[in-house]
Amino acid sequence: MGAGGTPIRRAAQTPRPQPQRRAQLHPGAWWLWSLSLGTAATRTTNPLLLTLLITVSAYVVATRRPNTPWSRSYGAFARLALAVLLIRLLFATLLGSPIPGTHTLLTLPEMPLPAWAQGVRLGGEVTAEALTFALYDGLKLATLLICVGAANALANPSRLLKSLPGALYEMGVAVVVALTFAPHLIADVQRLRAARRLRGRPDNGIRGLLQVGLPVLEGALERSVSLAAAMDARGYGRTAQVPTAVRRTTAALTLGGLLGVCAGTYGLLTAEGETYGAPVLLIGLAAALAGLRLGGRRSPRTRYRPDRWDVRAWLVATSGVAVAALLTLAAAHDPAALHPGVVPLVAPTLPLWPAAAILLGLLPAFVTPDPKEPS
Amino acid sequence: MIRFEDVSVTYDGAAEPTVQGVDFEVPEGELVLLAGPSGVGKSTVLGAVSGLVPHFTGGTLSGRVTVAGRDTRTHKPRELADAVGTVGQDPLSHFVTDTVEEELAYGMESLGLAPDVMRRRVEETLDLLGLSDLRDRPITTLSGGQQQRVAIGSVLTPHPSVLVLDEPTSALDPAAAEEVLAVLQRLVHDLGTTVLMAEHRLERVIQYADQVALLPGPGEPPVLGTPAEVMAVSPVYPPVVALGRLAGWSPLPLTVRDARRRAGDLRRQLDGENDIAPQGRGELRDQPHTTRSRQLRTPPELLGAPTPRRWFRRTRTTPAAPTTPSPHTAEVQALSVTRAHITALRHIDLTITPGETIALMGRNGAGKSTLLNSLVGLVTPSSGTIRLGEATPHRTAPQDLVRKVGLVPQEPRDLLCTDTVAAECAAADQDAGADPGTCRALVSELLPGVTDDTHPRDLSEGQRLALALAVVLTARPPLLLLDEPTRGLDYAAKARLVDVLRGLAGEGHAIVLATHDVELAAEVAHRVVLLAEGEVIADGPTADVVVSSPSFAPQVAKILAPQHWLTVSQVRAALHPDHPDPHPGADS
Repeated sequence: MGAGGTPIRRAAQTPRPQPQRRAQLHPGAWWLWSLSLGTAATRTTNPLLLTLLITVSAYVVATRRPNTPWSRSYGAFARLALAVLLIRLLFATLLGSPIPGTHTLLTLPEMPLPAWAQGVRLGGEVTAEALTFALYDGLKLATLLICVGAANALANPSRLLKSLPGALYEMGVAVVVALTFAPHLIADVQRLRAARRLRGRPDNGIRGLLQVGLPVLEGALERSVSLAAAMDARGYGRTAQVPTAVRRTTAALTLGGLLGVCAGTYGLLTAEGETYGAPVLLIGLAAALAGLRLGGRRSPRTRYRPDRWDVRAWLVATSGVAVAALLTLAAAHDPAALHPGVVPLVAPTLPLWPAAAILLGLLPAFVTPDPKEPS
Repeated sequence: MIRFEDVSVTYDGAAEPTVQGVDFEVPEGELVLLAGPSGVGKSTVLGAVSGLVPHFTGGTLSGRVTVAGRDTRTHKPRELADAVGTVGQDPLSHFVTDTVEEELAYGMESLGLAPDVMRRRVEETLDLLGLSDLRDRPITTLSGGQQQRVAIGSVLTPHPSVLVLDEPTSALDPAAAEEVLAVLQRLVHDLGTTVLMAEHRLERVIQYADQVALLPGPGEPPVLGTPAEVMAVSPVYPPVVALGRLAGWSPLPLTVRDARRRAGDLRRQLDGENDIAPQGRGELRDQPHTTRSRQLRTPPELLGAPTPRRWFRRTRTTPAAPTTPSPHTAEVQALSVTRAHITALRHIDLTITPGETIALMGRNGAGKSTLLNSLVGLVTPSSGTIRLGEATPHRTAPQDLVRKVGLVPQEPRDLLCTDTVAAECAAADQDAGADPGTCRALVSELLPGVTDDTHPRDLSEGQRLALALAVVLTARPPLLLLDEPTRGLDYAAKARLVDVLRGLAGEGHAIVLATHDVELAAEVAHRVVLLAEGEVIADGPTADVVVSSPSFAPQVAKILAPQHWLTVSQVRAALHPDHPDPHPGADS
């Protein structure tokens, strides 16, 4: 029988060992680690520390990213970071900067602007101080972006879904489906531009892009509808019968909780609400969380092989959080070392302890399993 | 298991019901095939089983559909999800998650099955469908056949009692299609699953069906019966049935095996005719074989030259190099294409002469589309050369290239960009620099009866293909490429396509079709090129290549082997030389 022979034949074609799926780390750990490195990056403008942070995250990504389409997004994030840095420098050059400087590198012709545009300067002197400041600032932003890219490359964001509370799951799916819209759209644009070429029209230029716009949107919409149909037919959105009492309690808890959160936040932000703000906020938050948990009962979903939060996940997450915490501490303790001055212009030095703290972030490269599998 | 009680469906805005008078029952554990020409509402009937019609599509359903005792009027699709598994035409639009294993688990997660049950069923299904070494693969990296199997697996895991499939094999190569069908048969035989399936390629599926529900025309009630009974009256039928009708066999054979048993007389009758028979197509067999003579015709400086390396390419392919006009429409030499570290094509040599029709075959992912795309310059070769006369495709401006080569892509709709047929034609004339009205004349020829103000979206698959073909032909390219042209076409539309292609080849167009459809290749191709893993593994006259291959042989060749007959029309012409019928599958 053909059916009986199929698995055997396939197994014979690929004698390689089965990849170990259980070796995957909890995606939450990766995200916590990456975002912690990002937080650390916001605590400093020292270019040496920032470069070290980028190196650390890049090293971990290079050794630990799985071979999947989404893990290739790291390159895109790196390019985006570079673009941000360059744009920041360009703006500093063209628009000037409030940083007073004495080392003039070059003087651009200054554009006279009408009176209503007072405060905006076009052209003029470009000082080394202004450029250095822009470089530090841009680098900070770039590091943050690269850290988010690392999170994307190391753990597929949709795997995080598995860890969402049941009541929020369906919302999460909607968000993920919306996120996959963009890559599909790009694929469609490429296909339709190829089709334009087949009709003998130039396939580049803005006009070419605009003319495929409508069909691309049409196609994307059609695909969304058929995906929605498929999801519906596969049981997405099934609800379980829950007693009326539970349903009412859920509604009351969620609504009351949200109201509490609003009132508490308002209290915290206004002068006279200091006394009741914090407790109301906390009570509201607790009620909302309880509502969510109870609301999860309405959804009969179960989870297939949920990612376990094991020792390695603890180690990875802790290493990231430690970097963020230590840098925050260092920033409070020794702000001068983490924010090298630009006026007067001084060469940044590498503060020893914060640098050592950043190196803690390398831990995941040694404690997590190597995902490289033959493919 | 599935019961239709006088069902009719009218979509919003439609004057007539799409289907009406549907009244039949699918018993438990049977595989029922839904057959019929395009546009008779097969997908609507299938959608009614899963509840997507009318809950999702809108429209009005009168009558009653019950599945496993549940009325679809009161049960939404999601509430039927544990009883009905649905796989649509495009598996890619069916996937919710990213990897194979998670996709298989998705349906069970929605139903709230216990984790240990899910785990066990996922492993069982991976084995059942031969997917276990793909379990961690991202779905987008799989081939078409693998995706189709994942799609089927993903609806199998909740153990539905009913499986509804819309054209499960039409995008697959013959071997992958057999794999999928073998799995379905196993489900029906071993697990007692009830399967309702629509499929145009009856030659692939009719032998597996217990019953056939035939929708003979739009709005006509279905005819239900055993495959042999229904095929005797059906307007759509596979070549084996066509041969059976021609030879007057009763009951009609449905499988190659049955037909072979009956074919003794026919074989004897045809024995004397065999040398004369393949007229109009077989004559190429006697001509010098173009690929073998290739080396003599190529310019001598390139003979035996090593594959040009990337940095030398510019100097070697300058248009000054060829001095004599080539007798070929296109020449491909030592073509290799590497994309994203994957070698899509490896050292391909191919010559295409005017008036020749070549079928490019091979399994999904063998490099057929890449070869076609390189011929139209959409893909830049990593090494090797392609020449269309004097031009190198990827270096030629699109405006000039349309006059040398035209490609009808897999999805013809991509090529159409306006909202009426008339505007489409005007645009095509302008693009091609042809006289106004050229395209419209072609459309009238290929698609009689289509009015100017029709929206291309409202055309059927076959009509859309014809329109795209007319658009491409407006520039009169000597080389015409078609990528998988018969997907979604019924036999009548296919027969029209065959006529059109034969006419074009007669006018001197060289045609290359990439196709999984062995019957189409047998009908029109003079030559078959088989690709595997980016390499040419066979290149020769159709009869020689396909007859020797178990998966690429058309049914008639299998039935009448060892004689070299490929199609019913050849046999008909041999038996009745005075009344040749050009429409073997379309007469009804």
